Amino acid sequence: MYSASDLKKGLKIEIDGDPCMITGFEFSKPGKGQALYRCKIKNLVSGNQFDKTYRSVEKIKRCSLMSRDFTFSYIDGENYVFSNNETYEEELLGSDLIGDLKNFIIDDMQVEILFHNDRALDITLPNFVEMVIAETEPGARGDTATNVMKPAKLENGYELNVPIFINEGDTIRIDTRTGTYADRVSKG
Amino acid sequence: MAIDGILQRDVLMRRIRTFFHERGFTEVETPVRVEAPCMELNIDAEPSGEHFLRTSPELFHKRLLAAGHSSIFEIGKCFRRGETGPLHHPEYTMLEWYRANADYMDILADTQALVQTVAEGQDLVSGDWKILPVSEAFLEFAGWDPAGNHDEDRFDIDLVEKVEPAIKKMGGPVVLIDYPIEAAALSRRKPGHPLVAERWELYIDGIELANAYSELTDPAEQRRRFEECAARRKAMGKTAYPIDEAFLQSLENMPPSGGVALGIDRLLMLLMGADSLDAVLPFR
Repeated sequence: MYSASDLKKGLKIEIDGDPCMITGFEFSKPGKGQALYRCKIKNLVSGNQFDKTYRSVEKIKRCSLMSRDFTFSYIDGENYVFSNNETYEEELLGSDLIGDLKNFIIDDMQVEILFHNDRALDITLPNFVEMVIAETEPGARGDTATNVMKPAKLENGYELNVPIFINEGDTIRIDTRTGTYADRVSKG
Repeated sequence: MAIDGILQRDVLMRRIRTFFHERGFTEVETPVRVEAPCMELNIDAEPSGEHFLRTSPELFHKRLLAAGHSSIFEIGKCFRRGETGPLHHPEYTMLEWYRANADYMDILADTQALVQTVAEGQDLVSGDWKILPVSEAFLEFAGWDPAGNHDEDRFDIDLVEKVEPAIKKMGGPVVLIDYPIEAAALSRRKPGHPLVAERWELYIDGIELANAYSELTDPAEQRRRFEECAARRKAMGKTAYPIDEAFLQSLENMPPSGGVALGIDRLLMLLMGADSLDAVLPFR
């Protein structure tokens, strides 16, 4: 258990069984009154934000989050299926949890899934993924400038900007954290 | 380092001292290291060997009033354990002043004159100050009247969640006045209004700046409050400080008086338009 005086921004706590994170924190002590800890809290499951005030005598439940390693297996309808690298058990993540990362998930990709008890909360992909350019205007020959960008499309339909020298069939690396072009791996 | 804060503090200190000296006050010094810090439920003293660092010079000032001094002030460091935040620092500068044969309204007039003098015409503190009874504020912003119906936790939480934000919205100086008798601390009961005590707190732009009383001068009542407070502190697992017998004895001779404690660091912060003590405490 945490004491109210342990609270700070970024701390993860458990409220009513849900993992939550403190996103804002203010120490308050009105007049001759007791110390109060005013928190802005985000529920890590629902994403809901709310305010909560703790008194100094209150105890707050710790939240144990654990990351485990998985390998991507296949897509089953709305779910993405991963297998646990140690136990080979399958874990289904809904497309709402995957969000835009769906564009960068490839066969056999190694990922980390964050759990609160047995509930999956979040997924982290490798920072970079290699993908093939499916569509883009041909670049000017010999132009290796990296600061001039043009639109391009991947095989899965994801659109991004790439340098002007990239051509269809090239393999590029994408930063999965930002969804942007990182560098070219090989020519198509 | 907050150079601007250092220079403005120097100016502020001179103006404060001039203000009081022009009005016939005596500047006094009282002990910083004490055996019996003032017993308050939610104020914790920093231990210093066998002693404690003072949380306020209040008890010594009252002994000076009892000894015949009639207008006194002190500017000095006070210490409160565990208070850290944008508006709190465990070591801070307090201004306290006391007047014999005066009450909390006389002290309010002093405070308004002082703050307007040192602010030199800043709009922030000019004009009339809004006086807002605690009962009225709670009825309007929290939907209940704590006078005669006190609930300590509910009072504190509604104060910070509902009343103080409303006071901040009003802007400028707002004086929250006449606290429930249970929150009287060292103030006297308001004559003719048994449920409230003659205590006020000044807020400027929603930031609490000063706390004033018509002082309690009844030694039996004061002893009862200290003992009750000591028992509650013990029950909460906190240190129960020794009762300051010299202070209680001096209350026998103390004239009716008014007094106030005003946080200098916060005043300086407000005058500089800053929103954290970081702007005025260079070594924080």
